[in-house]
Parts: sequence; C-alpha cells; structure tokens
Amino acid sequence: MRRFGQTIKDLWRDPMARVCIVGIFLIILTAVLAPVIAPYQPDHMIAAPKSAPAKDYLFGTDNYGRDVFSRVIYGARVSLWVGLIAVGIGAGAGYVVGMIAGYFEGWTDTVIMRIMDILFAFPSILLAILISTVLGRGLGATMVAIGIVNIPVFARTVRASVIAAKGLEYVKNAQSVGVKTVYVLIRHISPNVIAPFTVQSTLALSGAILTEAAMSFLGLGIQPPDPSWGSMLSEARAFMEQAPWMVIFPTIFIVITILLFNVLGDSLRDVLDPKLKL
Amino acid sequence: MSEQKVLFDVQHLQTYFPILGGVVRKTVGYVHAVEDVSFQIREKETFSLVGESGCGKSTTGRTILRLIEPTKGKIIFDGQDLCQLDKESMRKMRRNMQLVFQDPYSSLNPRMTVRKLLEEPLDTHFKLTPAEKEEQIKWITEAVGINPEHLERYPHQFSGGQRQRISIARALITKPKFVVADEPVSALDVSIQAQILNLLMDLQKNMELSYLFISHDLNVVRHISNRVGVMYLGRIVEMGNTEDVYQNPMHPYTQALLSAIPKRDPLEEKKRIRLEGDVPSPANPPKGCAFHDRCVHCMGICSEQVPEARELEPGHFVACHLFDK
Amino acid sequence: MDHLLEIRNLSIDLPRGKKLPPIKLVEGIDLDINKKQNFGVVGESGCGKSITCNAIMGLLSYPLKVGKGSSIRFQNSNGKEQEIVGMAPQELCKIRGNEISMIFQEPMTALDPMYTIEQQINEALSFHTNLTKAEMHDASLEMLKKVKIPRAEEILRDYPHHLSGGMLQRVMIAIALINNPRLLIADEPTTALDVTIQAQILDLMNELRESYDTSVIMITHDLGVIAETCEHVAVFYAGQVVEEASVVDIFHHTAHPYTEGLLRSVTSLGNAKKELYTIKGMVPSAGNFSTGCRFADRCDRCMDKCKTECPPLVEIETGHKCRCWLHIDGAVEEA
Repeated sequence: MRRFGQTIKDLWRDPMARVCIVGIFLIILTAVLAPVIAPYQPDHMIAAPKSAPAKDYLFGTDNYGRDVFSRVIYGARVSLWVGLIAVGIGAGAGYVVGMIAGYFEGWTDTVIMRIMDILFAFPSILLAILISTVLGRGLGATMVAIGIVNIPVFARTVRASVIAAKGLEYVKNAQSVGVKTVYVLIRHISPNVIAPFTVQSTLALSGAILTEAAMSFLGLGIQPPDPSWGSMLSEARAFMEQAPWMVIFPTIFIVITILLFNVLGDSLRDVLDPKLKL
Repeated sequence: MSEQKVLFDVQHLQTYFPILGGVVRKTVGYVHAVEDVSFQIREKETFSLVGESGCGKSTTGRTILRLIEPTKGKIIFDGQDLCQLDKESMRKMRRNMQLVFQDPYSSLNPRMTVRKLLEEPLDTHFKLTPAEKEEQIKWITEAVGINPEHLERYPHQFSGGQRQRISIARALITKPKFVVADEPVSALDVSIQAQILNLLMDLQKNMELSYLFISHDLNVVRHISNRVGVMYLGRIVEMGNTEDVYQNPMHPYTQALLSAIPKRDPLEEKKRIRLEGDVPSPANPPKGCAFHDRCVHCMGICSEQVPEARELEPGHFVACHLFDK
Repeated sequence: MDHLLEIRNLSIDLPRGKKLPPIKLVEGIDLDINKKQNFGVVGESGCGKSITCNAIMGLLSYPLKVGKGSSIRFQNSNGKEQEIVGMAPQELCKIRGNEISMIFQEPMTALDPMYTIEQQINEALSFHTNLTKAEMHDASLEMLKKVKIPRAEEILRDYPHHLSGGMLQRVMIAIALINNPRLLIADEPTTALDVTIQAQILDLMNELRESYDTSVIMITHDLGVIAETCEHVAVFYAGQVVEEASVVDIFHHTAHPYTEGLLRSVTSLGNAKKELYTIKGMVPSAGNFSTGCRFADRCDRCMDKCKTECPPLVEIETGHKCRCWLHIDGAVEEA
C-alpha cells in the first residue's frame, strides 16, 4: 500500500515498536535456528523425568525426562507457524468477506453474515475437528481448520467498522468526487478498520496457539513426540504440582510472543493515525 | 433597569486549562480560555455573551457556576463569593443557579423517564413528600408546556424542541434565581427555536429569573437580551445595552461581526467589513490586543499593550486603543 | 432539454420489509435547474432536502432507494442527456466529481484525516484527467490560490487536522470545483462555521460563480444564506416542495403559509424582547404525513378541504409555484 516504507520507518522510530520488532525477530530466529540453538533433540530423554531446572537443563525436564528448554525452542516452530498461518487465513478471508458484506449491505450482507453465523454457532474446537476430519490429519490441515474457525470473528469486526466508516462524511465525500468503489474501500475505509483488526489479530494469535494445543491433545494437531507450546502445556497439566516448570516456561514464551504482537499492533495503529504525529 | 440589584458580580475572571504533553503528562502550556472577564448581571435581566467558537463564552458560563474552577478572579453571587464556599455549601447553592445545555439529545439520560429526570433535582436539593413532589412536577410541566400524560415517557420519544423543554423544566424545578443558558436553541429548527425563545422569556417574567444567555447567533441575542457582552479570545471587547451595541458598535471586531450577519432580504444592500484570517489559538494568544492582527485599524500600540475597557457612553464599555485619549 | 437538471416525480423510499409499503421520505418532487443558476433549497431538518440532493449524486445510503417512476435527467458537458436513476455505478463515478460535485456541511469531517490536502485534491483529479503528478501539483496549487488560501504550497502538504474549519471549507470548495463541474451541490456549507467565517465563504462562493459556469444547488435551513446567494428558491416541507419562486418573490410575495411562518419567525427576531412569531406544533415525521395538506394542522388558515385533500403544486404566477388550496381558484369558495 501507499507509504509502506514510510510506515515502517515511523514504526521504527517508536521505541516500544522497536523492542517488539526486535523481539519478534528473535523469536522467529530461534524457531528457524532451533537445531543450532537447542542443546538436545526435543525427543531425547536426557535426564530423570521431572527434574528441576539445573545447569545442564535450564528449564528442567518433563515427565519423560526430555529437556524442556529444547522442546520450547522446537515448539516455537510449530506454534509460530500455526499462529501466523491460521491467523493469516482467518484474517485475510475475514477481511475480504467483512469488507464486502459491510460495503454493499442488502442481500449480499445478509447471505454472507448468515453463513458466518452458522460457522460461529459451532464451538470452535468442534468446528476445527470437523474441518480437519475432512482435510485429514497433520499440521497443514490443522492450520487451515483454525484459520477457517477464525473467519467469522474477523468478518464481524471488519463489517462493523466498515459500516461505521461508511457513515463518515469523508467517505461520502470521496464517493462524491467520483472515486471508484474499490479505491474507496482501500483508501478511505481500510484505515478505519485497522485498529480493531490489529487488536483482533493479536487476540486470534493467542487463540490459535491454544486451539492447536487442544487439537493436538485430541490427536489431531501435531503428533507426539514433536513439541508445540500448546501441546507441551496440555501434557504438563497433569504434573502442575510436581513439575511446575513444565507449565511455566512454555507459558512465559506464549505470553511474551502475544505481548510483542499486541504492543506492535498498538504502535502500528498509532503510526497510521496522522493526528498523533507532531 | 439599572436600579435593579446586582445578582452576579464577576470580577477579572480568568480560566486556564493546562495542556499536557510528553510521556509523563506534564503541563507544557495553558489554553487561555478566559483571560480577563468582568461583568455584572442584575436581577430579572438577561445578559448575553456572544462570540465565535473558541472565544471562551461557554467556559465563562461554566466557570461562574463553578463547574470549572477559575484560575483567578472573584465570582460574587448575591453578596457571597462563590470561590470561598466549600463543596457542601456550593452544592446547596446550586439550586439557585442552573444550567441549560445546548444539545437536548445528549444532555438527558436516555434511561430515565421524564418524571425521574424531573424528580432528580428535587431529591438532590429538598426533602419533599411524594405529594409535594407531585405538586412541583405538575407546576413545572404546566409552566414549560410538557403534556403531563407524557411523564412516563423516555427522552428519545420526544422531538428536539420537546426535549429542550424537558431540560428547561429540569433546570427550573428547583426555582433558581439564575440560569445559564448555553446555546439553548442552536440545535433546533427555526420554527422550534422561536417557541423555545418565547418560553424562556415567559418563564423569566413569571419566575423573576436572571439569565446568562450564551450564543453565537447574533439575531437571537439581540432579541432576548437586555445587555450584551461581545467576547473575543477570552476577553469582553465591548459591552453595553443591547440596542446601543447593535446600533452603534464601536469596537472594530463588533463592527465586523455584526456586518457578517447574513441579510434578511435579498433586496437589502449590505456593506460587509471583511475580516481576514482566523481566530488565533487561545493556547498562544497574540501579544497586546487579541484582535490586532485581524484589525483594519491596527496601530503600533495595539500589538504591545492590552487595551483597557472604557465607558464611552453610559453603560457602554469598549476595550480598544482607538478610543485612547 | 433546456435545463441542466430535470427532476420529475422523484420519490425516495425507506423500505419496511416485504409486507409493509415503503415509507416515502420525499414524494412528487419536480425541479428544474438551469445553466448557471443559483438554486436554493430551504427547509427544516427532516424535510428531505438533503436526501433529494444525495439522490442526484446517486449517493443514497442503504437502505434508501429511489422510488418507482422517478426521473433525474442531467445534461452532461457534451450536451448529452443522461438519466441518473438506475445508472450503472461505473457511469455514476464518471459523473461524480467531474460533472456534478458536492460540498458537505462539516469541513472537519468531510476530509479524510489520513491523507494530505494534496493527496485529496489529486484524488479528484486522477479519476477524471490524465495529468502527470507535476501537472496535478500545479493544478492543485492554482486551485488553492483561487479559493484564496494563503501559503498554498505549505497547505498542500498539511493534513486536515492542521487547518481551521474555514480553511478546510475552502479546500472542499477547491476539490469540488477542480474539474470544473456543471453542477455544484452545497449541503449546508456554512452551518458549521462561525458568522465571520460564513461571510468569507459566502463571499468566496459568490465570487467564484463569476469565473465558473457552474450551477449551484444551495441546501440550507438559513433564509439569510438564501437571501445572500440564490436566485431561485424551492421551499421543502415534510418531503414535498410547497413553494418555488424567484428569491425576491419568496421574500416579498410569499404565497404559502409555511414560508410565511418561517419568514416571520426569523424577521420578528431582534425586535427586542417582543413575543416571537411561532409556527405552532412540530414538523411531522416521515411515515406520519397526513393525506391532506401536510402543513394543515400547523396552519393558521386551515380549511376543511386542507385536512382531507393534498393540494397540487400549481403555478400561481409566472415562475411562482405554490402548493396550497388558498391559491387555487375555486377551492376557497368551495370551502
């Protein structure tokens, strides 16, 4: 889009955003370089089960004696991947659908939103399971399934903002100047959608990571012994008291990741609002 | 008129709002909303403040009710300095002075029926039996022209004009002596405007009220007020009996303002004094006379010294260096 | 076609589902706008003046619809007549901003806060011309100077929130006029502005009229603005035109009791502290219009006939139309 480079530059100027960009970059790097960074293989038993953190295994070991630190690092690959792709699918499709529904209203809107309501009516886990039984097991299917589950939420958010934005006088003004519909949507309506959209995206990201956990718990997502943050959490649930580190460390990573995306989303919204520029 | 007792005496009122900036929200400057305003309002009189947006007229109205704390100055109501009162005595004082808002759409709680809206000020200020309350409500609904059958309705079921009647009823049910009417007819249609103005004038006569009437509509102000103060950037630049000011405006700003009123007849020839530019920001008001950078008669002294208000005719004050001796 | 714009039997519907008939927000509007004419449309809120003009732009917001049997014909710059009702969206985009443009009430909200003034002017240019970026810059600069914006070069780079209401309204006018449209619709262009700024904008519009061949439809509730700027006036009441005449006739040979009431409630203002003339009651809301004359229950001179039968809009003198039984021969005697 217009001024993309400028937006990135402005974003970089904001110290909070800079911290987030660096942080997210580091997490992605960790995921990519997992084999180099991780001291052990994620599925190798290296010590007694449920050993407390020590010098050789910083985050302790799990109920099979596997290194939690290595598993967290490998788990980043799956979790980030699932989070980003699933949110990407959900947000992308939801954005387009919501835009169309909100802009045209009338029967287009009714048809689209009824379909969304039907999707929405299913409990999300159930729907994801349903979709992955159709698509088959495995990571790819899981990602698509979680993505589809997310579409209605995004569609609703976007549609509501589009309808609100359509009432704005400058949108009407743009139409009165003869700007074509597609351009009105992109130039004048989109910026109003970005704020709720980014917030929704960061929320969906954490949701996706956790849904993946629930699905792998049910044997649909990533298969053991491959780790993901979510599956580590659901495995650890039974040992919360004896080995709290099994819960604590994946949780810390999930929280940090989500926080980084959240704050970045906030800064992005500020950068895109020229009123806050001095 | 001038023999009437002074009800409100406002002396050198000043209200500044801090501008917060930076990460720690420290004060980086002040909006000089009201710079130096003095006026008196007598009993049973309507004093109007007129001016363009941002001139400080609404802030003045709210400050003299102490809804906004003044930075400096004295507000003497009925012989008492309001600024000296503590919270509780001020609260008690409030039933003598009320405010009617501009927007009858947002100033009434949509979840309260008309009856509840009218009972609220009574409950706050008096301890009345239900029968007494009923009597008060009956009296006020009749006075402002609300159909008593509509008391159980909610504000959204009324039109703008009716809603403004409800706000007026709410303000007057405590039988105040003084009412600040802040643009009470600006949001209304022309034909409804006239109804509300008539109502305000009737109520004034019957209840012996004093009004501070705040408006940007010069025709409305001319119609309703005995005396008028013209405000520009936090100061009163001209003040006097309404007809004196309208027929013989002396301050260059007043002259320009009055000449900007659209003509009422397409055949009327109208000479207009053109004002260039916009009103300066009250956060950064110009030095000297606030109007000097738009004034056609600007002299050297105007950009250096704030002009003092002088009484050029009996009761007609003008703050302009043109009239320096 | 002699006129620039011909509106015939225009109605605007608010649909109420399949079972109920739609509410007619305006009904039976016939208007002719000549070339280079300043046409005033005056009325109180909810009388349908704004949506009528939105219909001319094809900009009715959902779920409003132009009713059956309506026609809005526009003569474009090639002298070709076009029917705007039912026109394809792509065609409408070619007309909007190029042949017909619009100025809005709130200059503070009518410009997109995300873009600089230059980008917004360029938008109007880029859809209707093939100018290069440099040419667009020059055209914008020239246009800003025409609307008397000081420091035009700087202002082009500013965002809307940097400018005052008066300046923004000038920018709006610049955007509206940059493609030299044949018709400019001004929807309460000065209502949100202070008196002295209003005077500046009205003066500017009157001056620009000399150098452009544009017809102007001035929508307002303020009879003063009408007196200052218009040649011909239509008075709207409750979704109908009740009187239409030259501006002098409207003010001096007023025919309809509603127009008279409006004028009297304005002109009696200022007669210090006397009782103001008022029109009793309030404007009926759409859907509750009576089948007779819609002004009947507020009218001082209401007759029996007025309550049952809606009067037609008839020409009572050359160029002076009025919708009132008082001015229709025979109707008074009959009653």
